[in-house]
Amino acid sequence: MKATFRIQRFDPEKDKKPYYREYEVELEPNDRVLDGLNKIKWYQDGSLTYRRSCAHGICGSDAMRINGANGLACKVLMKDVGQKVTLEPLLGLPVIKDLIVDMEPFFAQYRSVLPFLVNDEEVPEGKERVQSIEERERYDDTTKCILCAACTTSCPSFWGDPDYVGPAAIVNAHRFIFDSRDRAAAERLAILNDRHGVWRCHTIYNCTIACPRDIQITQAIGEVKQAILYNQST
Amino acid sequence: MIHTHTYDAIVVGGGGAGLMAALYLTRGTGVRAAVLTKLYPTRSHTGAAQGGISAALANLEEDHPEWHAFDTVKGSDYLGDQDAIEIMCNDAPEVIRELEHMGLPFSRTEDGRIAQRRFGGHTHHYGEGPVRRSCYAADRTGHMILQTLYQQCIKNGITFFDEFHVIDVVMSEGRCAGVVAYEIRTGEIHVFHAKAVLFSTGGFGRIWSVTSNALAFTGDGPAILYRRGVPMEDMEFYQFHPTGIAKLGILITEGVRGEGGVLRNDNGERFMERYAPTMKDLASRDVVSRSIYLEVREGRGIGGGDYVHLDATHLGREVVETKLPDIADFCRTYLGIDPAVEPIPVQPTAHYAMGGIPTDSDGRVVIDDWKTIVPGLYAAGECACVSVHGANRLGTNSLLDLVVFGRRAGRDMARFCKEADLPPLPRDAVDSAREQIDRLLNGKGDESVATIRDEMQRVMMEHVGVFREERGLKIAVDKVRELRERYTRVRVQDRGRIFNTELTEAWELGAMLDLAEIIAVCALNRTESRGAHSREDYPERNDEEWLKHTLAYRTDDGGIDIKYKPVIITKFEPKERVY
Repeated sequence: MKATFRIQRFDPEKDKKPYYREYEVELEPNDRVLDGLNKIKWYQDGSLTYRRSCAHGICGSDAMRINGANGLACKVLMKDVGQKVTLEPLLGLPVIKDLIVDMEPFFAQYRSVLPFLVNDEEVPEGKERVQSIEERERYDDTTKCILCAACTTSCPSFWGDPDYVGPAAIVNAHRFIFDSRDRAAAERLAILNDRHGVWRCHTIYNCTIACPRDIQITQAIGEVKQAILYNQST
Repeated sequence: MIHTHTYDAIVVGGGGAGLMAALYLTRGTGVRAAVLTKLYPTRSHTGAAQGGISAALANLEEDHPEWHAFDTVKGSDYLGDQDAIEIMCNDAPEVIRELEHMGLPFSRTEDGRIAQRRFGGHTHHYGEGPVRRSCYAADRTGHMILQTLYQQCIKNGITFFDEFHVIDVVMSEGRCAGVVAYEIRTGEIHVFHAKAVLFSTGGFGRIWSVTSNALAFTGDGPAILYRRGVPMEDMEFYQFHPTGIAKLGILITEGVRGEGGVLRNDNGERFMERYAPTMKDLASRDVVSRSIYLEVREGRGIGGGDYVHLDATHLGREVVETKLPDIADFCRTYLGIDPAVEPIPVQPTAHYAMGGIPTDSDGRVVIDDWKTIVPGLYAAGECACVSVHGANRLGTNSLLDLVVFGRRAGRDMARFCKEADLPPLPRDAVDSAREQIDRLLNGKGDESVATIRDEMQRVMMEHVGVFREERGLKIAVDKVRELRERYTRVRVQDRGRIFNTELTEAWELGAMLDLAEIIAVCALNRTESRGAHSREDYPERNDEEWLKHTLAYRTDDGGIDIKYKPVIITKFEPKERVY
């Protein structure tokens, strides 16, 4: 199939503001949008710039707006977007060049929620900590996050308040708050009870729709809100 | 403008080995260290590993590190160094428990312990039958390891330089004195002056056209060190994973077969019963990949095509959705099929480098036959060759290699940094890096990166793949040499400084071409079949002449000089390898 890619371009060394450029490229219906980008970069215009690495939805490099909706270019197939594809950088983060945004504000928010296991109790000698299948299942969904930022940058609350910690950070806090081995739930809940915390979420569900890992993000945020209200973390 | 940074130690690469090393290097040691990565650490390819990480925990049935060591030695077709293999298998239970204590969300047994499952080549009682040894977190084990280690790095305040592409190593008075990096966001050159450097840059599967590897897997670390006189060990041994999604190469974990999935040909026959009567579909990867090729060659590929079916339809939806959820997702996304209902079309895919930068079991780079160490220079993970994988790696042993030898290298680097002073920084430290960048940016040539890369990937796939023979290998060597010559005339269109990824891709192609030539030359040189190196013109293993590691050195005029070093054998004498 012949496809037309309409791509937002911006080179900070040349351009005052972003513009769109169109490329025609021959692809198969089962090809990934990323295959189209690669074909353009490799055979038509080497200056086209985007991040990518694993090319199968695991590393989280190539989140972008694909026909207006956030997704991973390597996980959206041509047959699902049709012959006209518009590609734009994620919203709400500063654009550096073409489809590349500055991820640093996103990672700073991630780091702010203590995204690591806290447990200073002595570990059992020569043994793992015991965790039941049910306890492990409790936080399974939020362990899947690949930090691609598709959720946070789809959130109108985040667009309106760049200091909002955002869905991805809450997902990663959830992953530990509900882990039976962790002991820092109260600290995380206090961080998320801030005015830039979970209460900025107005259950719009954009994050859940955007997540390429199918994490039930709005539900996870809801569980964190409940934990704050009722002091529950189990 | 050149920026200079001074640290005690630098880690190049933010995957499993690099992050584990960074933790051991810095926690409670007072060592100042930084991790440099051309990606973000969580984008590293460790995250794509699926099925598991082996350790003889014996959580579900009897198991022993010595059984694990035997399986690894046998899997390596007796080319692995047995002292290092024993260390890895003995360290394994402790390091797995350590990952659990760090928070890694392993799947669990009924009694709440780390769950384990079967995997190719892992057996009880020295080969009698499959054993449950692979510790896993659904089919996302690598993702969980990468996330957990990154989380611990945040907790411990490790310094990261993200999107810094290392393109040279600095040597000074016979020691390693740091690295030179290209900052992708600004196009500026940075020198990281240090007492010790660890290379943990991963593999180079992008040399082949069908691969499970990330686009970032271009062999940067090995190529940089090779150009500075470090030999490459056992480069002819490259693993083709039997089950990549047909055409795409995306990995379908061996865990599918560990859970009971089977391979079938066009007649619906479970053909592995003929090739490996005991282990069947769980024979080691080299054996299974060759079997698939032979089925295809004899016309029993699906519909006469070049792939077979991986059948998981009898496992039931519950097993597929809970133990293999990502596999189910890949199948739905890229194939439009449900693996609980339909078989998965698979073919061998370029997957893992057994060879690489020669090291000892503390990650120290050794440049000859076990005698000479380059002070301050370390390597760990897929880019290194300890050698624990020999001629063929067992599934799950790569993640184990990362954490065991990342940890040991980090510890040894911390010790080294306390004893050593900072070597002087040579005046010409950045000259070569600068010249490499300038040449690509300002070249006047007419050659395109993509065309040369396509030609390299095709010839390597055709002639330096699962089966090899002299005629094809000679074609590959000649072709890669021609491509290397044409590469000197490459030009990039984008002359900008900010995020010039056309430039970094062009540089990566140079690294791959250097390694491709070494791989093809070493494969031509080794006139026997062992593990993943399968010569149709020399079908037998030949211990008398070839029970030795290859070391490929760069000569002053850019050629390749081949030497050897002995294999270390402790407990397990080489014998015939049958599964």
